[in-house]
Amino acid sequence: MDRDRLLNIRNEKKPEIVEKLIRDDVVEIRAERVVLKGDYYKNQLRIALRNCDIINPFDIEEYIAFDGYFALYKALNDLSQREVVDIMKNSLLRGRGGAGFPTGKKWEEAFSFDADQKYIICNADEGDPGAFMDRSILEKDPHSVLEGMAIGGYAIGANKGFIYVRAEYPQAVKTLRHAIAQAKENGLLGEDIFGMGFNFDIELRLGSGAFVCGEGTALIESIEGHRGMPRPKLQRTAHVGLWGKPTIINNVETFANVAPIILNGAEWFRSIGTEKSPGTKVFSLVGKIENAGLVEVPMGTKLRDIVFDIGGGCQNNKEYKAVQTGGPSGGCIPKEYLDVSVDFESLDSIGSIMGSGGMVVMDENTCMIDIAKYFLEFSVDESCGKCIPCREGTRRMYEILELITEGKAEMNDLEELEKLSHVVSNTSLCGLGQTAPNPVVTTLKYYKDEYLAHIVDKKCPAKSCKALITYTISDRCIGCSICKKNCPVDAIDGELKKKYSIDNEKCIKCGSCYEVCPVKPVKAVEIY
Amino acid sequence: MKTVKLTIDNKEIEVDSSLTVIQAAELAGIEIPKLCYDERLDIFGACRMCIVEIEGNKKLQTSCSTKVKEGMVVHTKTDRVIEARKDILRLLLDNHPNDCLTCEKAGNCLLQDYAYEYDVKFRTHRGKIRERYIDDTNPFYIYDAQKCILCGLCVRVCSRLQVTGAIDFVNRGFDTIIGTPFNDGLINSNCVSCGNCVSVCPTGALLPKSKEKFRTWEVKKVKTTCTFCGVGCQINLLVKEDKVVGVEPVKDAVNEGLLCVKGKFSFNFINHPDRLNTPLLKENGEFKEISWDRAYEIIKEKVEAYMEESGPDSFAGLASARCTNEENYLFQKLFRAVLKTNNIDHCARL
Repeated sequence: MDRDRLLNIRNEKKPEIVEKLIRDDVVEIRAERVVLKGDYYKNQLRIALRNCDIINPFDIEEYIAFDGYFALYKALNDLSQREVVDIMKNSLLRGRGGAGFPTGKKWEEAFSFDADQKYIICNADEGDPGAFMDRSILEKDPHSVLEGMAIGGYAIGANKGFIYVRAEYPQAVKTLRHAIAQAKENGLLGEDIFGMGFNFDIELRLGSGAFVCGEGTALIESIEGHRGMPRPKLQRTAHVGLWGKPTIINNVETFANVAPIILNGAEWFRSIGTEKSPGTKVFSLVGKIENAGLVEVPMGTKLRDIVFDIGGGCQNNKEYKAVQTGGPSGGCIPKEYLDVSVDFESLDSIGSIMGSGGMVVMDENTCMIDIAKYFLEFSVDESCGKCIPCREGTRRMYEILELITEGKAEMNDLEELEKLSHVVSNTSLCGLGQTAPNPVVTTLKYYKDEYLAHIVDKKCPAKSCKALITYTISDRCIGCSICKKNCPVDAIDGELKKKYSIDNEKCIKCGSCYEVCPVKPVKAVEIY
Repeated sequence: MKTVKLTIDNKEIEVDSSLTVIQAAELAGIEIPKLCYDERLDIFGACRMCIVEIEGNKKLQTSCSTKVKEGMVVHTKTDRVIEARKDILRLLLDNHPNDCLTCEKAGNCLLQDYAYEYDVKFRTHRGKIRERYIDDTNPFYIYDAQKCILCGLCVRVCSRLQVTGAIDFVNRGFDTIIGTPFNDGLINSNCVSCGNCVSVCPTGALLPKSKEKFRTWEVKKVKTTCTFCGVGCQINLLVKEDKVVGVEPVKDAVNEGLLCVKGKFSFNFINHPDRLNTPLLKENGEFKEISWDRAYEIIKEKVEAYMEESGPDSFAGLASARCTNEENYLFQKLFRAVLKTNNIDHCARL
């Protein structure tokens, strides 16, 4: 492969592909860029997702047609290692995996540390509930990650890269394997890339279903063949990492941003987004939202614009209650902060985090204690069990939340919950433990009244916690018997054309009667 | 050697710049509590007991995994630190059987010591406790998961120092225990029963299967050299009323706190009634006790007689791996120089 062939492929292929996509009504040309067509996409700016749903991920030539591997060529041909590091530093790109550490700074640490062997690792162990940003990039544009890794390898002086991808993403594994083989066949990975003496090889490592292996040091332990548990950092991973060698770990989305930055320059990247968080961020908008899917917008976009303009608000016109960002490490953002600018600092300041980009929308029927319990259950399940606060503490917190949702908690349980949150976040070993209480902390901060309703009044305001609600049939009942027919446990009795009643001893609170009650405008079945 | 100056609990010290805070504190005579730390092993950072406050850091730091820095100001006993340690101990006790009255480890248990020092008590709660899991398949020791605090010392000693790797963490989160592959039991693993895991266990999770009942405070420790081979491992015999009831390895010695299965568990012969205490002479088909002087006399008489009758090559000597190098040297010297024969060999060569 050389520059002429890259240019030939691009000139030949691109018009062909674009013509077909326009014919199929999939894309449109906006500001000289080929972008996906439709209302959902019109307010998005796709950099990391630039090729997703546009190119065929199994055809390297389609990736090249959309400027693929031109950045790697530019880096190897025109730029010194130092210059690549400097461009990355000046771009102020921050790690998209969650912590937001400046990528260029990380690369510089590894670049300036002298060693006989260095490694590049791509963290593709995406695991937050409801988050599938990385998965889409891996499945739909794998070469963007490979190219970013190769550029990183060149910059820091590594000739070996690993992609740590979760085995639960079989399609991603398939596309990656195919893409690596194709890149090698075309001389874009492997020995003597572009004939310029740079060697870079990439291998896959499959995770075995442990969320904690997304944590850098646990990921390294896992690649080394040990049990995936975080280790304390006496030294930086950029100095002492995989097998004791300088190692850079970046997230999938971070690597997908590298090629456009090298091609268009740091200034261009900084012109997008906010001053401290430049560029775009991909969010996975899920939950009780009308238009669920992936959203890529410039940093600093208002939360309201994402949820309402792009996401179309809550399903079934229900009232928006909160959005949970950052997965089990993040927090809930209530209505009053809908106008918050979505960037690292702003989200941090209201107790949540950017995280990897999960955005779970909740409506009026969502019980916030139930949500906190859900995320905490995830942390309890996924705790590796190494450090005491996370292993024991998250479990105790979960137990208290269970008591609260069952209406068995007292006020001193709430105090204990607050205390435990403090202990776990202050003394846990790794970031996952330290942030595990966040869903509890933020819901306690913004929805304390809901906690009190559960504990003091033994009521669930969202009418979601089964132990705290009762179903009754009001005088509006027309005696149609539909509810009786649909009750799975025969808890409803009555005569046709007369008012029916529910036996609360038998009722399992499944809500079927409420769903089917045909009385309008207000249903005859009531929930207390 | 580059040194740095730092202050720990208002004590100014100058130490090697490669040290961690916990090591520096130890040099300054300041003890920091720890459950998973062992200077022979890699830093693990699991127990979080060694947290300290370092000025300029918002969060508490674990002193085992923080390197000293010039001008660092460390506080090891602030209210915040002590409160956090109490919280950690409380979490441990919440998931630990209230069994100290009858636990063999009582009096020699780090968890018990720290619970006492920090005044943390057992309490009743409505939560789950770890499920009962006992592995008693090994003939020498027993593992009780309920008493295990998962400090990982046993796992690391087994893999890093003994280099056997028989045990590891099994399951995850709250359900984590220490186990063998497929939980097949220690006896079916590649455990060599060295008992080094038992020696490092800070609680009663790993205990020798002792036939002797004793409390820690009833025994005196007698330091001696293990007699099983020539390595010279240093051991402390645990002696209760002139009876040896247990063995502990000595850390500050050639064996660096390690032992093998014989040194660690094989001490019952010492007080065994069948053990020979005096030489025996067989006369008319029956053994009779004789004095050492009498025994030497008989050996001398016989050696002289056979030498006269059949010459030096009628003798052969077999030296023992249980003897030291010096003893083996003297033994071959006896054969070569005194008995004038080269018929001398050693059991380790067979």
